[in-house]
Amino acid sequence: MASFIQLLVSGLATGAIYALIAVGFTLLWQTSQTINFAQGEFVMLPAFFILAAMNAGAPFWLACLIGIALSIVILGILFKVIIVDPMLKYGVLPLVISTIALSLFLKESAKDFYSSQAQPFPTLVPATDIHIFDAVVSTQSLAVLAVAILTVTALNILLNKTRLGRQMQATAQNPTLARILGIPVQRMVLYTFLLNAVLVAIASILVSPIYLAKFTNGETLGMAAFIAAIIGGFNQVRGAILGGVILGVLDNLSAAYISSQYRGAFPLIVLIAVILLRPQGLLGRIEERTV
Amino acid sequence: MTRLGTLAVIIAVAVAIAAPFFLKPYGIFLISTWAVLTIAAIGLNLTLGYAGQISLAQGAFVGIGAYTVALLTPLGVPFFVAFFAAGLLCFAVGWGLGYPALRVQHHYLAFVTLAFTTLVFLVLRNEEWLTNGIYGITGTARPTISGWKTSGARDFYFLCLGVLALLSLATWWMLRSPWGRAFVALRENSIRALSLGLDTRRYTLMAFAIGSSLGGLSGALYAPLVQFIEPNSFALGLSFNLLLMVIVGGSGNFFGPFVGALVAVLLPEWLRITQGYYLIIYAAAIMVMMAFCPSGLLGLVERAIRALNGRRADATTSVRAEGAGT
Repeated sequence: MASFIQLLVSGLATGAIYALIAVGFTLLWQTSQTINFAQGEFVMLPAFFILAAMNAGAPFWLACLIGIALSIVILGILFKVIIVDPMLKYGVLPLVISTIALSLFLKESAKDFYSSQAQPFPTLVPATDIHIFDAVVSTQSLAVLAVAILTVTALNILLNKTRLGRQMQATAQNPTLARILGIPVQRMVLYTFLLNAVLVAIASILVSPIYLAKFTNGETLGMAAFIAAIIGGFNQVRGAILGGVILGVLDNLSAAYISSQYRGAFPLIVLIAVILLRPQGLLGRIEERTV
Repeated sequence: MTRLGTLAVIIAVAVAIAAPFFLKPYGIFLISTWAVLTIAAIGLNLTLGYAGQISLAQGAFVGIGAYTVALLTPLGVPFFVAFFAAGLLCFAVGWGLGYPALRVQHHYLAFVTLAFTTLVFLVLRNEEWLTNGIYGITGTARPTISGWKTSGARDFYFLCLGVLALLSLATWWMLRSPWGRAFVALRENSIRALSLGLDTRRYTLMAFAIGSSLGGLSGALYAPLVQFIEPNSFALGLSFNLLLMVIVGGSGNFFGPFVGALVAVLLPEWLRITQGYYLIIYAAAIMVMMAFCPSGLLGLVERAIRALNGRRADATTSVRAEGAGT
């Protein structure tokens, strides 16, 4: 039982990170029909910004701020202006190809311009263990959970309680109607890109102490984010959160209790099952389909 | 097809036949790789270019084909039996995968096939009793066909080229048959195809399964070509690569995969002077191309020819577009 609680807590922590990535993913899809195949690499990259800033002499907290700022500029604004905007007129498919190429580009760039070796990354809190009943829980997992919950709460307040957030939601649900109502749709779309950049930067800060900063990190993270989004429902922010948490817990428990060799396979099997039985996801709405 | 197009094809075939007599063994290996990968790319072009579905499973099908041949031939199964077994197996697996996966479209399918590729990789790596795990399988024999030993580099190249020629003719013929025209209809306007009474989902599934079996046949040649197969060769990288080949050449264009595979095989050699930066340049070039000419290199050529022909082309654009597609 004790080990079960340990696994559950660390699973929740991983799941919370997946959820952050998945939320950004669904936000981009909702407002601009962008399937970002480079989302995993977007999480891999900010860690290298932060490491580079620290190498230049910045303390960790300042480096984190620099990292978030750089990812807002590069992964938010530049990504939208250079990659997405010129491609949108061709439809969904060419943009998918382009983001696949972008993921390759970012991965190879991190490898060639920083390092192909895994880099140690500072933790948010000193790594010690806390004993809760019989279970040993690392402070790191708890810190990850706390930051993730804070971020998601802040995001929810932004989206549901503020005028800006409601405008963004309106843009996501029906851009034409939103425009008629006088909402600056283009600016709202830009804001979702910025939001996504902040989310991946936070996810990067949370995940890198665990996985180390490595140029290949994006492969598993991007996949996890997409599976989380599908499981929860592609068109719902809360679906992505639920999907992320389910995925993280499932990943940890199945590795411990069923087979660690096939650890990577369980999320995929769940993905296929969800697509077969409930293609709109657990919390999703059914979208109208064009053929 | 235009007269110019026919001429280009004749020249290309002549070059493909003459090339091995002027190349060193490594060059022959490269063009053999080209021939083998082109087969897989033709298969993917059916899925991507005609049915309009992004598949990231083609590399996995190449892997399934390669392992089928590598495992069957040492048991004494004749090469061509194993070769067709690889194609049939991939057709069946493709059908089985496509049936649920094609319920969802586009980006969903891309990630489902991505998941499939990862699953195949895990099975190849973990089931050591069957696949020898990460140590791979070496020394798949090259076949002897009624006395013709293809163990030499040049002989094996001609075998690959022959198979490529037969499979492309078969695909060409299929696309021209009434049945295959449905694929073209899917590409041109799937909503109209549906309204004309075509069961688009069934044809999409068919395109996917046939494309997968071509992937398997390509893998069946890949194993004896490189003589060493291991799970990593068929991980996501290969699937991405094949996808980019089809895109670079021109998806939905019959000759696209030939050009795309050539670029993918030769470019790393030419860009060797840039050392590690090759993939960065390649990826950047693809992003630029997608922004300015999503129809690929052949689309660029078509555009250039049209610009040269000027007015005359304007009148016949629609006719030519139809001709180029079939």
